[in-house]
Amino acid sequence: MLKLLSTEPVRLLAFLVGIMAFVGLNAAYLVWVERKGAGRFQRRPGPTEVGYAGLLQPIADAIKLLSKQLIVPQGVDAALFRVAPLLMMAPALMSLAVIPFGPSLAARNINVGLLLIFALGSINVMAIMLGGWSSRNKYAIMSAARVVSQNVAYEIPTLLVVITMIMITGTMNLNEIVRQQAGAFWHWNVFRVWVNPLMPVTFLIFFICMLAETNRAPFDMAEAESELVAGAYTEYSSMGFGVFFMAEYANILLGCSLATVLFLGGWQSPFGILPGVLWFLIKMYFLVFAVVWVRWTFPRTQFYGLLNLSWKLLIPVSLFTLILSSAIMKLY
Amino acid sequence: MNAFPASNLIVSVAFVFALATMVLGALIAVGSRLLIRSVCGLAICSVGLAGLYYFLHSPFLALMELLIYVGAVCVTVVFAIMLAEPTEPKNEEKRGPTLFWGGTALAAAVAIFWSLWWLGKSTGWKTPASRLTDGSVKAIGVSLLTTYSMAFELISVALLVAILGALAIARTGRTKP
Repeated sequence: MLKLLSTEPVRLLAFLVGIMAFVGLNAAYLVWVERKGAGRFQRRPGPTEVGYAGLLQPIADAIKLLSKQLIVPQGVDAALFRVAPLLMMAPALMSLAVIPFGPSLAARNINVGLLLIFALGSINVMAIMLGGWSSRNKYAIMSAARVVSQNVAYEIPTLLVVITMIMITGTMNLNEIVRQQAGAFWHWNVFRVWVNPLMPVTFLIFFICMLAETNRAPFDMAEAESELVAGAYTEYSSMGFGVFFMAEYANILLGCSLATVLFLGGWQSPFGILPGVLWFLIKMYFLVFAVVWVRWTFPRTQFYGLLNLSWKLLIPVSLFTLILSSAIMKLY
Repeated sequence: MNAFPASNLIVSVAFVFALATMVLGALIAVGSRLLIRSVCGLAICSVGLAGLYYFLHSPFLALMELLIYVGAVCVTVVFAIMLAEPTEPKNEEKRGPTLFWGGTALAAAVAIFWSLWWLGKSTGWKTPASRLTDGSVKAIGVSLLTTYSMAFELISVALLVAILGALAIARTGRTKP
C-alpha cells in the first residue's frame, strides 16, 4: 500500500487536489483582500459584518452566487456560453502545475515549463472572446473586441521580456531558473544589473504586461463597469460569473508566481539561508498586494492610451533590452 | 515507475482521448453550420493534435501548436468573424451544387487519405538507433539556424509579405473611402 502511494500517478493526483484547493482558497480570500484593500485605500473599513473583520465574507459570497439561478438568456449561443468560463479557468489551473513552489515542490518539473505557461495563457483571450461573442450583447461584443486588441498588444512585450530572460538564463525550466538565482538577494534576476543594466526596467515591463493580460485596473478594458456595464460578463449570472471572477484571481496568482520565479528568485531566501516555500509565498503575496494597490490608486486608462503605451513605449523598450542583453552576452 | 496498476492502460486511454479530441474537433469544424463553432472545432482539433505531438516525445512542438494555432490563429479567425459574420446563418441554399462539391471534396479527401495510408504502409520506415535530438530548445534553435535556415527565412519572408499586404490594404482603406 505504501509503495502504491509513492508512485507518480498518486503524486500527481495529490498535486491536482492541492492546486485546485490552493486556487479556490486564494480566489475566495483574494476577493476579501481586494475589498479590504479597496476600503482602506478609500478610507473606509471594507467588509466587517460577516465574521471577525469580515473574514467569512467570501463564504457568504460563494453561497449567494451558488444559490442563484444560472440563466442562459434567450438567443445566446448556449454551448459556447457555457463553455467560456471553464475555458478561462482551466488553463490557469493547468499552468500552475509547472510553477516550482519550493525546491522539490512542483507538480511537473518539465523542461519547457515557461513555454507551457504562455501556450496555455493564450487560451484566455479565446475564452473572453467566446464569452463576449456568444452573449449576443453589444457591450459584451465591444468588450471582446477590446480584449483581443489589448491582449495582442501586450503579449508582444511580455514575450520579448521572456525571450530576454530565456537568453540570460539559457533554460525554460522554471526550477532551473530559480536555482540560478541562489544566494543573497542581489543574485535575483531583477537586481542582476551586470548581466543587463536594464533588468529592473524589464521586471517593470513584465509586471505592467501581467496587469494588462489579467485585465486588471488600470487596464480593465474587458470589464470597464462605467462604460460597458460588466463587459464580456454582462449576461452571466450565478456561478457562470463566479467562475470568470475566480479565473481572474487564478490568473493574477499565476502571473505573480511567474514574476516571482523569473525575477525575484522564487523560493530562494533573500539572505542566502533557509530557502523554502515560505519565501515563495511571501514574495508572491507581496506582488499580489501590489496588484491590488495599483488597482485602487490608478484610474482606468483610455483605450487609446493603453494601446499607445504598449506599441510606443513598452515594445521599443523591451526590444532594446533584448538587443542590449544579447550584445552584453556576446561581448563578455 | 510501472508499479502503479494498469499504468499502460492509463497511457493508452490518454492516447485514445487525444485522438478522439482531434477527430471530434475536426468533425465539429466541418459539420457545424455556425462559423464560430467551426473555429472552436479547429481549436479543439489543435488541442488534440498537441496531445499527439506530446505522445511523439515532442513537448516543444505540442506547446507551439497550442500557442500558435489556438492562441494566435483561432483568435484571429474569431476576431475576423466578429467583424464580418451576420448573427444568423442563412438557410436558403441550393442543394444541388452543395451536394456536388461536397461529394467531390469527400472523394478527394478519401483518395488523399487512402494514398497516404498506402504510402505509410508500404514504405519501410527505418527506426534510428538513437534519438536524433533531445527536443530541447537549444537543439531546435541550432537546427533552425543551420539545417533548416532556408525554410526559416522563407517563412519570415512570407510573414513580412503578409504584414506589408495588411498595411497596404489598411492604408488605401483609410485614404479612399
